Amino acid sequence: MNQERVGFAGAAGALIARDLHLALRRSGDTLQPLGFFLVVTTLFPLALDPQLSLLRDIAPAALWVGALLSSLLALDLLFREDAQDGALEQLALCGLPFQGLLLAKTVVHWLLTGLPLVLIAPLAATALGAPYGAMPGILAALLLGTIALSLIGAVGAGLTMSLKRNGSLLALLVLPLAVPVLIFGARATALAIAGEPLAAPLYLLAAIAVLSATLAPWALAAAVRIGLE
Amino acid sequence: MAWVWFHRFGSPPHFYRLATRLAPWFGWPAALLCLGGLIGGLALAPPDYQQGDGFRIIYVHAPAAWLSLMVYVVMASAAAVGLIWRMTVAYAVAASCAVIGASFTAVALATGMLWGRPMWGTYWEWDPRLTSELLLLFLYLGYMGLRNAIDDTGRADRASAVLAIVGVVNVPIIHYSVIWWNSLHQAPSVMKFGQPTMPAAMLVPLLLMLAGFSAYFVALLLTRARGELLRRERNARWMAEALDGAAAGKR
Amino acid sequence: MLKFLQMGGYARYVWPCYALTAAVVGLNIHWARRSLRAAQREARRRLAALRAAS
Repeated sequence: MNQERVGFAGAAGALIARDLHLALRRSGDTLQPLGFFLVVTTLFPLALDPQLSLLRDIAPAALWVGALLSSLLALDLLFREDAQDGALEQLALCGLPFQGLLLAKTVVHWLLTGLPLVLIAPLAATALGAPYGAMPGILAALLLGTIALSLIGAVGAGLTMSLKRNGSLLALLVLPLAVPVLIFGARATALAIAGEPLAAPLYLLAAIAVLSATLAPWALAAAVRIGLE
Repeated sequence: MAWVWFHRFGSPPHFYRLATRLAPWFGWPAALLCLGGLIGGLALAPPDYQQGDGFRIIYVHAPAAWLSLMVYVVMASAAAVGLIWRMTVAYAVAASCAVIGASFTAVALATGMLWGRPMWGTYWEWDPRLTSELLLLFLYLGYMGLRNAIDDTGRADRASAVLAIVGVVNVPIIHYSVIWWNSLHQAPSVMKFGQPTMPAAMLVPLLLMLAGFSAYFVALLLTRARGELLRRERNARWMAEALDGAAAGKR
Repeated sequence: MLKFLQMGGYARYVWPCYALTAAVVGLNIHWARRSLRAAQREARRRLAALRAAS
């Protein structure tokens, strides 16, 4: 019997490190959502009149639809591989809080999709005509929104992980739940671009993020357990 | 005492017998209530000051919308009970709700659009209620899609239960966010009536229709739940008795 | 009677609504009955197979 007892923090940290390592090894797959986000946000201006004033109007929509879609793109892989090779079962049986470990995996998803998106958002936003003054607001909104999207999406990924690879069901499940994030996030971004105070939608986004962080671990653990049967 | 009742209700053979006996007691009153509501709403209620006779769509739109929401809550509650207490009867009830709820959500949307056309001038407005109904339809379709995709009935029950619970928590959030979003865009006011409050002649038929549709739903639910229960039960004894009774013509 | 059918000019919105609702109400009754009957048939088949096997 191993004398060393690994605490939860240690296990979670090791899990995050391992997942990041695996993901970075498959850098093609990992960069895909980011590339997708950039493509989407550049397609919008190309499809429209390149006048900056008009772009500014659709900038919130382009940014947020791009964020939602690229988050969806990366979700499928979140649990699927680990479920197939038995790693998830090990996590479920190892005696440490399963919810926390699944949350750690969701953190990895955010680190690989949400965070890069937030970092590259100033570039995309500027290309869409957003003024420099809008950046803090846009970044704050995207930070909160991508966290919420990762959590919500993870629940969907957990529910569909044992099914044949079918992205459309996952999208259908996640879409209605992601609408409030989309609404408040786009509104916050629009207010930021217009230079107006955006505390209200930002608070609501934060509330959704907190609610997701509270509810998602339960739903995730339940969903993944069912999927592992 | 309540627990005894709860467990008896949850016992499949008991529920099956109860459902068989009770269904007509909801079905026929439903028909009568709707008949009364239709007569009152179509013939007796006076035309609206602003909308003329067009407002009468409310007598089918409102019950459909009410059902779409109520059925979702019943579905999610039954799913939660099934998940927590591992009750087959609860899962059977949840499974029975999906098609009913989804179809009436579609009706609410369609009648809402047909009502909007003469009142707003366009078939679709991103009005908070219609938008919320649309998202509710997606929630139903997602639930049904997930069920369909999982072959094993037990796993399908449990997975869709998690989804339904997550969904029901989101319904008020989605609805609120859509109302908030809509208020920013100064959308035309929804279905305003000419009179400040609804006179009794208009309100009573509406209440009758709402009650009638609710009773109709219960009758449907009881019928479907019997079948769903049969599909899930492995224990042969009570099923043989129940089915022989059915074969003998008791239905 | 004609005034009733015309619904003050809104006939082409009102009556399709009622027709659609009536159709869905009827369809649901039909589907529910059909689902129950199919489940009963399947259950009888399963029971018969069990009896034959024992």
